[in-house]
Amino acid sequence: MISDNSEQTIVAPATAVGEGGIGIVRVSGTSAEAMLQRFFRSPGAVDQFESHRLYYGHIFDPDGAPIDEVMAVIMRAPRSYTGEDVVEVHCHGGPLIIRRILDLFIEAGLRLAHPGEFTLRAFLNGRLDLTRAEAVIDVIRSRSEAAGQLALRQMDGALSRVVYSLRDRLVEHLALVEAHIDFPEEDISPPTIARLAEDVDAVSSEIDRLLAGFDSCRVLREGLNVLILGRPNVGKSSLLNALLGESRAIVTDIPGTTRDTVEESLEIAGIPLRLIDTAGVHDTSDLVEAEGVRRAGLRAETADLVLFVIDGSQPVCDDDLLALEMAKDKRCLLVVNKSDRETLELTPPFTDLEAVPLSAKTGSGLDGLKEKISTLFFSGGEISESTLVSDRRHREALLRANEALTRFREAISATHDPEFLALDLKEALQALGEITGETTPDDILDKIFSRFCIGK
Amino acid sequence: MVDYGKEYDVIVVGAGHAGCEAALAAARTGCSTLLLTLGLDAVAQMSCNPAIGGLAKGHLVKEIDALGGEMGRNIDATGIQFRILNTKKGPAVRASRAQADRMRYAARMKTVIEDQQNLDLKQGAVCRLLIDRETVTGVETREGILYRGKSVVLTTGTFMRGLIHVGLNNYPGGRAGEPPSEGLSDHLRDLGLKVGRLKTGTPARLDRNSIDFSALEAQPGDATPRPFSVDTNAITIEQVPCYITWTNQQTHDVIRGGLDRSPLYSGVIEGVGPRYCPSIEDKVVRFPEKDKHQIFLEPEGLDSAEIYPNGVSTSLPPDVQLAFLRTIPGLEKVEIMRPGYAIEYDYVDPSQLLPSLETKTIRNLYHAGQINGTSGYEEAAAQGLIAGANAALRTQGKEPIVVGRDQGYIGVLIDDLVTLGTTEPYRMFTSRAEYRLLLREDNADQRLTGIGRAAGLIDDKRWDEYSAKLEQIDAGGERLRQVRIGPSDRTAISRLGLPELKNGASLEELLRRPEITIADLLFLDDELASLPAGVHEQLEIAVKYAGYIERQKEQVGRFRKTEQIKIPDGFDYTGVASLSSEVREKLVAAQPQTLGQASRIPGVTPAAIAVLSVLLRRQ
Repeated sequence: MISDNSEQTIVAPATAVGEGGIGIVRVSGTSAEAMLQRFFRSPGAVDQFESHRLYYGHIFDPDGAPIDEVMAVIMRAPRSYTGEDVVEVHCHGGPLIIRRILDLFIEAGLRLAHPGEFTLRAFLNGRLDLTRAEAVIDVIRSRSEAAGQLALRQMDGALSRVVYSLRDRLVEHLALVEAHIDFPEEDISPPTIARLAEDVDAVSSEIDRLLAGFDSCRVLREGLNVLILGRPNVGKSSLLNALLGESRAIVTDIPGTTRDTVEESLEIAGIPLRLIDTAGVHDTSDLVEAEGVRRAGLRAETADLVLFVIDGSQPVCDDDLLALEMAKDKRCLLVVNKSDRETLELTPPFTDLEAVPLSAKTGSGLDGLKEKISTLFFSGGEISESTLVSDRRHREALLRANEALTRFREAISATHDPEFLALDLKEALQALGEITGETTPDDILDKIFSRFCIGK
Repeated sequence: MVDYGKEYDVIVVGAGHAGCEAALAAARTGCSTLLLTLGLDAVAQMSCNPAIGGLAKGHLVKEIDALGGEMGRNIDATGIQFRILNTKKGPAVRASRAQADRMRYAARMKTVIEDQQNLDLKQGAVCRLLIDRETVTGVETREGILYRGKSVVLTTGTFMRGLIHVGLNNYPGGRAGEPPSEGLSDHLRDLGLKVGRLKTGTPARLDRNSIDFSALEAQPGDATPRPFSVDTNAITIEQVPCYITWTNQQTHDVIRGGLDRSPLYSGVIEGVGPRYCPSIEDKVVRFPEKDKHQIFLEPEGLDSAEIYPNGVSTSLPPDVQLAFLRTIPGLEKVEIMRPGYAIEYDYVDPSQLLPSLETKTIRNLYHAGQINGTSGYEEAAAQGLIAGANAALRTQGKEPIVVGRDQGYIGVLIDDLVTLGTTEPYRMFTSRAEYRLLLREDNADQRLTGIGRAAGLIDDKRWDEYSAKLEQIDAGGERLRQVRIGPSDRTAISRLGLPELKNGASLEELLRRPEITIADLLFLDDELASLPAGVHEQLEIAVKYAGYIERQKEQVGRFRKTEQIKIPDGFDYTGVASLSSEVREKLVAAQPQTLGQASRIPGVTPAAIAVLSVLLRRQ
């Protein structure tokens, strides 16, 4: 909740990721200057940073290794965007660098800003006038919603299943501990401290494993999923090759050559994309082919964008419609291939899609497609910013959960009083709740009543 | 129709645990108060188990006491077994519990009410409210009398359309042997309030003379009973033990054999029962792997032969009740004096209330107790006290008492009810309190006496004693910090069992060591030693748990920030385009009083709270 933590120092990228060569990481709050003193070194030693002056130097990680060559500035309260002490670090614009600087500050105790939080603070501190405040409201809403949707989409199934199961294990333990507190008169044996400690350790190391995986997170390691979908022989593999600029996938005129999915990486406007070529969708009795079609359908579910390919020189057929069914509810661009031949007029339902005519064979129209993709993802920078940030948010939530579990382990060596152990378990659950949704006291009570026969 | 002629400031309907506290609180603030009950012989009845307190409930009683309520003094005067639960755990989750002499408890409360200035106790069955321009102006009884009042507190318990089930037989009743209140809940529904149905149950009462206690484990009370109320110096009434026995496979077989005649399992009962208080048939069905269930045999009073078997509430037919009871050790020849039963009753969805317990739609009408969907005497009494005090404060033109979630279980209780509503009988548990480590029985007075004093509920004597205690705590804290023992003070060091003390230490530093208690330190300072035991306890807790207390205080600090941002009455959510229509609907329905309350409404997103906070600052 935003106003909940207004005395905390917050951090977030202030520029859209993937646009331009310079990225800005903005920090606002009382610890802003301390961050600069801790992680920034200028060639000429600086005793005291002057407000509103740009300094040249490097950002170093805690081990003393340089992360990036940057310009940094402090704007002391109240003469700053938010009206609080603000530090801005101008670094190279690549997403990896911005991410490392963000992580550095988060691990040093800063909190990732909520969508629109800098603007909100600016307003609350009287730095914005009424008319601009109206605009703030809409920004907060649209950004939160975009971030929320993305967070869900980005969390791939396997990861979210692990987080949910960790949550369930903690709920189970908290229920044991709480039952022991609230029902001393019942015939319930107290939780075995050794077992509790052991399993909490196990949960904690699972989280460690997840965190390690995050440092090479899906979006930045593998890019946004862009799926190439269509019936056989419309030129999907040719499109892939054309985008990559060389021949990777097998291209023949025999339908069904691409029997499994083929993946390639490509960068557009600084953000990596993962291009996925799929087997042509068609009604088939061949088991191997059918499997390929099934996998294409599965891939469609997690795609960030579908490039739906049709052969512009052929009339629409049943397999086209079958394929379109798989792309239902997805963000979709219609690639009308084979523009080097005579093309037919589009017919519904394809007239509803945004169409890009091109020829994968000659390469004409390819630039138009790249431009469309880049506008789709990066217009206004909002999506790409929230992409980066929502991923960081998951990581931050896991970090906080593990901090609480570490406290739990410390507490358990000093006291076995259940109410203190419950406090740490609750905080860990609260942190995981940012991913899985809140665990309410009633959820815990529910677990207690379903597990123990309670009632006098 | 006869107009009674006198206009009261506060009319309280129902003289159970909520109604009694409501009437006393209103009268004690100086308001002329009327307490109406269906039966003058049934004031402050314990319809279920004859006990007060327990985890979270004991906390509530201490809070009621800190706010000047009667429940603590009443159980101190009539309790026949006192125990502190969880003594091996930390101070926040220790709780007091007492068995009551049910008849003495009721009789004493009735006397207190009869002796209270400004308070009239009368018999009458209220069937309608008098309403003028969405404000309540009095009540009408079935006997045809109009009582005019500036405010009304409804505490109807299980009486509204009460329906008692024993086996497949059922009949209207508010409690065994007493008629229900018909018509009032229909009237409330006509006034636009949402009325629901809940269920609860109670076991048979057994004849002490038919039980063989010789084979059973006795459970005595604490050697030195500790009273609930700060006004009570010592428990003087005779103390008696409870006994423990267990069900067995044979018991469970008999119960399973009778399920076809259970109103629960044959679908006759439509109301929702509490998860935490299942009937014995429910336990046997839901936990088939358990081969025995514990039963506490609790005396209902020193002069009564009735025994309350805690753990076997049931609505099975009387013949099955008798048959299964007689399979239990000690109860082989037991005689039932009253059969167990289930009761269904109407309640009014508490999300229609403001945090003051006033209804949102009818001004000056307050609800407290089971009508709000709660269960338990303590939960009822806590709400009654707040509703009665707030009705009185309204007539005096003063601000209502709203206890925060960080200030008391009373705050957690009322905030949960009015913000989330409830669909099963709501009982308090310590796990519902996010600031549990701060909401202890031992500091209830420090959390709430000031609030009670401001509302006119605390008399001068209590206030002076309380102020003196605060001064002693301050003085004691000062001594702990100032008095030091030096490295050369060998006698003291060895008496404390310490190896050496290189740089010396203050008493506070010594007290932080797990192995040292405040009692160990008293010989080092006469001034500290001269303070009362209650003050020593506060000093010790403050030092020993300082880290945890600090952590919770920080959480409270964050919580308070949104809690202090008020949302003006009648705030127009429909005009806020930036809120999704779903969130808007929820806010319109809930009409939260503060930004904090809004944030606890299920489905209201953090983004919506951010938007609201901008709008609220702008106004």
